[in-house]
Amino acid sequence: MVSNGGDIIAIKDLPLEEYVLKGHAACPGCPITIALKIALKALGKKTIMAVPASCSAVIQSLYPKSSFNLPTLNIAFEASAAAASGIASALKAMGRKDIIPLVWAGDGGSYDIGMQALSGALERNTNFIYVCYNNQMYSNTGIQRSGATPYKAWTTTTWKGKEEHEKNLAEIVMAHHIPYVATATIAYPEDLYKKMKKAKEIKGSRYIEILCPCPPGWRFDMSKTVEISRLAVETGAWVLYECIDGKMEFNGYSKRILEGKERKSIEDWLKMQGRYRHLKEEDVKEIKRRLDEKWEYYKKMYG
Amino acid sequence: MIVVDTGNHVAALAAKMAKPKVIAAYPITPQTTVVERLAQYVENGELAAEFIRVESEHTAMTACIAAEATGVRTFTATSSHGLLLMHEMLHWAALARLPVIMVNVNRAIGPGWNIWSDVNDSMSQRDTGWIQFYCSSNQEIFDNIIQAYKIGESEEIMLPVMICYDGFVLSHTSMPVEVPSQEKIDEFLPEFKPAWKLDVENPITHGNIIEPYSYMQVRYDMQNAMKKAKKIIEEIGEEWEKKFGKRYGLIEEYRCEDADYVILTISSLASEAKVAVDELRNKGERVGLLKLRCFRPFPYEKIKYDKVIVIDRAVSFGLEGIIYSELKGYVKEIYGFVAGLGGTNVCYKDIEKIYEAAKKGKEGWYPMEVI
Repeated sequence: MVSNGGDIIAIKDLPLEEYVLKGHAACPGCPITIALKIALKALGKKTIMAVPASCSAVIQSLYPKSSFNLPTLNIAFEASAAAASGIASALKAMGRKDIIPLVWAGDGGSYDIGMQALSGALERNTNFIYVCYNNQMYSNTGIQRSGATPYKAWTTTTWKGKEEHEKNLAEIVMAHHIPYVATATIAYPEDLYKKMKKAKEIKGSRYIEILCPCPPGWRFDMSKTVEISRLAVETGAWVLYECIDGKMEFNGYSKRILEGKERKSIEDWLKMQGRYRHLKEEDVKEIKRRLDEKWEYYKKMYG
Repeated sequence: MIVVDTGNHVAALAAKMAKPKVIAAYPITPQTTVVERLAQYVENGELAAEFIRVESEHTAMTACIAAEATGVRTFTATSSHGLLLMHEMLHWAALARLPVIMVNVNRAIGPGWNIWSDVNDSMSQRDTGWIQFYCSSNQEIFDNIIQAYKIGESEEIMLPVMICYDGFVLSHTSMPVEVPSQEKIDEFLPEFKPAWKLDVENPITHGNIIEPYSYMQVRYDMQNAMKKAKKIIEEIGEEWEKKFGKRYGLIEEYRCEDADYVILTISSLASEAKVAVDELRNKGERVGLLKLRCFRPFPYEKIKYDKVIVIDRAVSFGLEGIIYSELKGYVKEIYGFVAGLGGTNVCYKDIEKIYEAAKKGKEGWYPMEVI
């Protein structure tokens, strides 16, 4: 029996404990620290983090200090799920059932270079939570294209826009038949908190992907992070759902879209982001076609 | 107790008796029977450990690193391409100062596929910061694995240790091995007490961004630990001798007294060289053997002979045999030979030929450049 994640209904109800301390080195308007603060409030102090090369490695700030108030192991780019496997096994060997290994990795470290280790850990149903905070590119190394970068988005390795659509890692993860898969984004902190809480109470592999709009990477003003996150859901570009033991359920605004509510204009969302500045009419057409196709699929499968 | 078994099974037995709490390993020929046997020990309940059947060697090493960082003793085993896939994480284990203990069954690197022994796999990991031992017999495999834990986990050292032995020549050959009781092993090797660990009661961040001079200081500590390791390896070798009878140091000398020439080599080549030395001595030649046990840290100061013949089973392309290169600056007269790559047979008669060639001032690849 899975709980509903507690009775949190507003940000003011979140626990006061802070695990991301002041003085961190994130950019202004960074969605990662917003996501991490909420996620760790849900998981609490009995958490060991593994962090691959990523923005989150930088955010911790300089040795010998750290802005992360939890035991944290930095590890090589492709290796975070492998590290979680080692932590989980060591905890099991020590009889510490009360501690959760948490991977906090970006989309580059998850969709691309870390894919093999992630798949291996999931196939072994490793007892851990894997969070992929997805900002749709390699932001820390300077905004390069990743497997999560959407069609026609500008990056520093796709100057004319990416030629291919992104892949869907959450669906690949679901093919491993793990007990819990969920998506979230920072505009809905209560939803994220509840999902992390739920994940905490489940044993085995749990995967949560959080869309994290990146101001310098997506080319928008630092004050717009939450707005762009929310509009991503309202336009259907990002989807909120959870899959518990293979049973799919859409959440929040995404659920309403599934039930027939009209999606907001994707053009408005694209226009807010400098990475889409160069879009031609046919590019927008292709983005819309793909979006329609995605939602037709969802309605057929889960409507 | 005397056990007659293959090098791989002896390695698994030694690992079991060291009581690691986490084993993460991936199968690769000719190491496979190490992980098979360990999996059996864990499933039978003979070893209370978590066995992670990982999807790659990169993950095997990473999982050992993370488990060790969480505060438990670990073990893994690999070979050749598996070791090369681990390369990044070999650096990581050492730079994180985590005493992961690993067996590497030496095997040539492809292409073409060749599963037989040479040591280019482990010697090309020379600069990763691992202590490296090479074994000449199954007894040495057992003894080195147990000692490796004590050396690596020593508070002054905190470095990973790689125990290397020849594929097939040792890995799949049965030999008698003296195995002490578990009580005696426990007396020699107490439980692992990590210097630091990932602890929810005392949260630390390990491995975040470090500015240049702090980085250099941390690496200086590591270099000093490697230097100290020479002393600790000898001390622990003496302790082993007192408890179990066989002496271990950085380098083993055989019939070197009054020798005009000494042959220096490693692994099973050293066993063959022992026979060659006996044969040559019978013929009146004044020759001895230096068997290098420890390749890192490199015990150059232990080589006090003027005429040294080095037989390497690994090569640095564009230069020469690897040990030969390392020793050149420390020996007056030195002859370097590369032999036995990809499992090419080198028997005591070949070593006698190498000796005769060196006496004539020759050196190079054996046999192509020597005979």
